[in-house]
Amino acid sequence: MSEPSAFAGIDLHAQQVRKFRLQDKFFHYSTQLFAFVVLAALVGILVSLTLEAWPSLKAFGPAFLWTNVWSVPDDKYGALAAIYGTVVTSVLALLFAVPVSFGIAMFLTETCPVWLRRPLGTAIELLAGIPSIVYGIWGLFVFAPLFADHVQPPLQALLGNVPIIGGWFSGPPIGVGILTASIVLSMMVIPFIASVMRDVFETVPHVLKESAYGVGCTTWEVMRNIVLPYTRVGVIGGIMLGLGRALGETMAVTFVIGNANRINGSLFAPGTSIASTLANEFGEADPGLHIASLFALGLVLFIITFVVLAISRWLISRSMGSEGL
Amino acid sequence: MASLYTRRIWINRIGITLSMAAMSLGLIALLWILWTLFSRGFAALSWDLFTQDTPAPGSEGGGLRNAIVGSGLILLFSMLIATPVGILAGIYLAEYGRISKFAAFTRFMTDIMLSAPSIVIGLFVYALFVVTTGGFSGWAGSLALALIAIPVVVRTTENMLKLVPTSLREAAFAVGAPRWQVSLKVTLRAVQSGVVTGVLLAMARITGETAPLLFTALNNQFFSTNMAEPMGNLPVVIYQFALSPYDNWVNLAWGGALLIALLVLAVNIGVRVVFRNKAKR
Repeated sequence: MSEPSAFAGIDLHAQQVRKFRLQDKFFHYSTQLFAFVVLAALVGILVSLTLEAWPSLKAFGPAFLWTNVWSVPDDKYGALAAIYGTVVTSVLALLFAVPVSFGIAMFLTETCPVWLRRPLGTAIELLAGIPSIVYGIWGLFVFAPLFADHVQPPLQALLGNVPIIGGWFSGPPIGVGILTASIVLSMMVIPFIASVMRDVFETVPHVLKESAYGVGCTTWEVMRNIVLPYTRVGVIGGIMLGLGRALGETMAVTFVIGNANRINGSLFAPGTSIASTLANEFGEADPGLHIASLFALGLVLFIITFVVLAISRWLISRSMGSEGL
Repeated sequence: MASLYTRRIWINRIGITLSMAAMSLGLIALLWILWTLFSRGFAALSWDLFTQDTPAPGSEGGGLRNAIVGSGLILLFSMLIATPVGILAGIYLAEYGRISKFAAFTRFMTDIMLSAPSIVIGLFVYALFVVTTGGFSGWAGSLALALIAIPVVVRTTENMLKLVPTSLREAAFAVGAPRWQVSLKVTLRAVQSGVVTGVLLAMARITGETAPLLFTALNNQFFSTNMAEPMGNLPVVIYQFALSPYDNWVNLAWGGALLIALLVLAVNIGVRVVFRNKAKR
């Protein structure tokens, strides 16, 4: 080979490298751009909700959060009833869902025969896959009537006259209401909490558990004294994830909460939540303060869930990260 | 000594029994919902469901043709948006984002978006798109659903790409392949089926989403394939019909709910079966 052609070869090579480098840069920045879409959406949600809610925020100020008025004819709006309904249903849902999720996760990681683990785990995950509107119509047509006929009257007879908490169970047993919404919600968040709990339980080193079993601990004691303390952070993260889900759930709650925009001390009474108020009223809201107040409600919901979910993700990633998962 | 021992045994038995009870409770809930859905849904199933449009108030019969077609179109376009965006963003997080702060931040935010309330996303698209384009439309619905599907695709793509052994990447780099070729032609191809799974799961996730469609696609009582106009879709029809006083409407709502649930469950179960077979090989 003569020398010039060798140089040409090197030149060609250099050209190729330059071309690849340019392509790589393009690829890098274009994928980064798409990753940016997600962030942009989040920021966009915050900005656009604030802009649209501005007339209402200006008219009512921070008092919007603790005013118990929602009157379209008077054009006066306050979020208290909706916030109350959202928080009460979500907290109650967690009260039901956490012990059940813990039981499910414990069963799946400790007691369940290996061949049953996958099908049972899948079944619980399917519960998470069922669309919320299906929970909604099931709750409205099947669960609520049953609840009104067979659960609420005995509950009322049993607890209705107990001081302090008796008021929670007063009022006519009509099926739909805060308590029904909480129960349906709890069914919806159980799979999420249970699957996080199962994942973090599986990060516990076998050596730890085996040692505990070795010194004669029972399964229950291993769960209580080894697994739970070890995975505490992740478990709390899972519960917060469930809370975030419950706070923002719309369709199932809208069907069974009764949609009455007021605060009632009784859990049997119909109420409302932020999401269900939006679902009910937004479509035919009057332009002006009404629609701005609905946007303000959405903003409140978004901020609350954002904070809850951020804490939850942080806790979960800390818990899973420490084990290199 | 013996009493302490028996007490511990009993506490253990109670604990295990309760955990089994919790498991049964979960299974009973699943079976109960499915049973209701199947018994009421199949009763509503007929050819009319697929060949006739949603009925006017007070009229007899009717079907869900317009809603089925509308849902299909809205889903199709939202997945056409979400798939490329989600996959490319996932590639970024997996290939470039191992050490960068921006990527870690994006990953965190994507995880939050996974569980963000879908009704708020509906509000966002309403403010961003419906108001500016002057009306409810199928496009707005597709956009809202795409925003919900993107995080799902991003996270599954990233998780799948992370499973690719470094040696495979290094081998491709060693023969002189540029980064983009390694990403698209080697690693992405290696996890093809996993990425497809993510896309399918994202689709299953948005199939039943109702809240974001309420104020974006709205609804349309008539058959329409015009994405620029309000469009009938199954979730909103189910919502409106289930709360209506007409028996045939409620019936149609159950039929629609069954269709959606069947699709979602089929994808969820199918994906798991295919994946288990792959893992076994």
